[in-house]
Amino acid sequence: MSVNPQFPALRTSRRRFLGLGGAAIGAAAAGGLLAGCGNDSSGESGPVELTFWAWAPEIEKLVEIWNQQNPDITVTVSRQDAGDAAATKLLTAIKAGKGAPDLMQAEYQAIPSMVANDALADISEHLNSETPGHFNDGVWNSVTLGSDAVYAIPQDTGPLQFYYREDVFSDLGIDAPVTWEEYAEAARTIHEADPSMYLGTFSSKDPGLFAGLAQQAGASWWGIDGEAWSVQIDDDATRKVAEFWGGLVEEGVISNQPMYTPEWNAALNDGTQVGWVSAVWAPGVLAGNAADTQGKWKMATIPQWDAASPATGNWGGSSTAVTSQSAHPEAAVKFAEWLNTSADGVAGLVEHSAVYPADTEHASTALDAPPAFFDNQPDFYEITEKNAEAVQSFTFGPNVNVTYSLFNDEFSSASEARSQQAFVDALGAMQDGTVDDLTKQGFSVK
Amino acid sequence: MSIVSPSTPSARSSASGPSSAPRLERRSGGMSNKPSILTTGILLIGAAYCLFPVLWVVIASTKSSSELFSTFTLAPSVHLFENIGDLFAYRDGLFLRWGWNTVLYAVGGAAVSTFVSAAAGYGLAKYDFRGKQLFFSAILAGVLLPAVILAIPQYLLFAKIGLTDTYWAVFLPSILSPYGIYLSRIYAGAAVPTEMIEAARTDGAGDVRIFWQFGIPMMLPGLVTIFLFQFVGIWNNYMLPYIMLGDDGLFPITVGLSTLLNQGSSQPAMYTTVITGSLVAILPLIALFFVLQRYWQVDLAAGATKG
Repeated sequence: MSVNPQFPALRTSRRRFLGLGGAAIGAAAAGGLLAGCGNDSSGESGPVELTFWAWAPEIEKLVEIWNQQNPDITVTVSRQDAGDAAATKLLTAIKAGKGAPDLMQAEYQAIPSMVANDALADISEHLNSETPGHFNDGVWNSVTLGSDAVYAIPQDTGPLQFYYREDVFSDLGIDAPVTWEEYAEAARTIHEADPSMYLGTFSSKDPGLFAGLAQQAGASWWGIDGEAWSVQIDDDATRKVAEFWGGLVEEGVISNQPMYTPEWNAALNDGTQVGWVSAVWAPGVLAGNAADTQGKWKMATIPQWDAASPATGNWGGSSTAVTSQSAHPEAAVKFAEWLNTSADGVAGLVEHSAVYPADTEHASTALDAPPAFFDNQPDFYEITEKNAEAVQSFTFGPNVNVTYSLFNDEFSSASEARSQQAFVDALGAMQDGTVDDLTKQGFSVK
Repeated sequence: MSIVSPSTPSARSSASGPSSAPRLERRSGGMSNKPSILTTGILLIGAAYCLFPVLWVVIASTKSSSELFSTFTLAPSVHLFENIGDLFAYRDGLFLRWGWNTVLYAVGGAAVSTFVSAAAGYGLAKYDFRGKQLFFSAILAGVLLPAVILAIPQYLLFAKIGLTDTYWAVFLPSILSPYGIYLSRIYAGAAVPTEMIEAARTDGAGDVRIFWQFGIPMMLPGLVTIFLFQFVGIWNNYMLPYIMLGDDGLFPITVGLSTLLNQGSSQPAMYTTVITGSLVAILPLIALFFVLQRYWQVDLAAGATKG
């Protein structure tokens, strides 16, 4: 449980919380941390009861299986708002010194800020020695943050892939684009054939997707440089991505409307949105929002910058973390390992929660059939597996939320303005804002 | 009207012109005149503006999830009962549990809050004590503070005494309503004559008895208003329970439905279920308004003449 010198966040972790900072909070959290370690070793009678904040669909069903098999460790799921909302709630509970669950579904990009706020326990001492071998290095790196500590066990990942309406493509006589250049060509052809149709949209409300696209191009927005953080948002790789999408938006051949809106859903339904750069979990969203289009979609590897060396990024994905307030980290780790690395757990994640498991050992057994919405593409998961291997490494920093909200602000106006230059300028603003925030929070930045 | 009275008659007529005299006459002669088309028109537009979203919810809750975004907005469909079935089947009827929680928070919170407001308002209106003005000013300041910004401090305080993630965490903060106390003070001042209290006292009644037997009945229309305000406020409250509660078995409908909506970008939001849930959630409010409406009308009329 010692402070890891390799992770610069920890040095200043007690400085601030949501601008309400105070030393007492950090101390309380650290107290919880120590208490957590102490309590667990004392042999207790009766079943251990664990609470689990999660939002993966039907995760309760998996937990039920666990509870039946393990009467001595009972897990209760408490369903929360996904993503940032749950993370913020956890940090508030950590600050209060009470009220956090034992286990927490944590998105990869949220882990650094949780660690910086002493919200997560280092579970390396409780870990089964075989657990790390279940995951790709890149994924494992995002739960260790490149240190000796382990802050979570990976649950699912979201490799980016490309989805398109095969019927429309074959009507127009075009193939799935292999490179981004071909993607741009296809966008022009489609929009020319029918001005109401778009191959895709640039969504200024989905920083996760943009980060994934930057990741594909070779960017890593944060980095750890000795005792300091580095920020490379406005670098060549990300600029290439911003210029590409800004150019298409300026040309007017792709839409500039955000995704996940009723209008976007309508466009998926009525066939005016004929392609979607998304992640492996897209079939679930398509099935939920545009059920009637089943059988018309196909999935392909995401268009490449360099077709000779395929690469992709990640969008979404989460892990199971043990919080620093848990009095039973050992039991919690047992459950998290079962959920994410056992044959039963992984099969259940695929069957009930419809996620793409991060575990590589049981994944192919669990993914024996394509998602129901893509039953016209039997090799769906074979392609996905290849895509997942091409995920580039990417480091998240402790203020992803700040960067993401800067993305929302800056790119909203840039895509509203339909100007390629504005897209590039927006990156500069994101870079400066992120560095300023880190400095203001007391992190050293190189 | 008493506020206007200091101005001299001549100043008044010159200020408001000759038309003021007939208007005053009309008013004293009762409200039997025909409403103007303009007023009615504005009110109708206002009503349509307020009711359109409700209409949308009603229509949208009859659509299946694929129809929701593909058919014309105002074209109803036939899936209402399916949607209601889905809603109540979600995670073995968790919605019912949320509904029950909401009822508990709203009925209990509003009832206790109304009583506390009544007692406090009555006390402030009818008793003289040191620091009264200070108390009242503090309460007025409380009226200006939105409850939302108190949620985080309240959370931290409740965490200290170990009450977060319990029913109490939502119930207790709902009890104290500065606005309710303020209304209650105004109402007690207007509706409960001091002479009556003095008369009751002369007859040997104690203060508590006077409050129970005369004060509360006389303030009843005002108290119904306070009850409704608090009830609706707690029923629709999102921030406080969202922050206080971690256990989804304690959630009220508002927080519960939001978990269906925010399942992350990898999952489609359960729009139809949420919309149907919202429809079901406003039905009790509509019923309550119909039942308590007559009190409210009495109260508005009373307020108009007292101002």
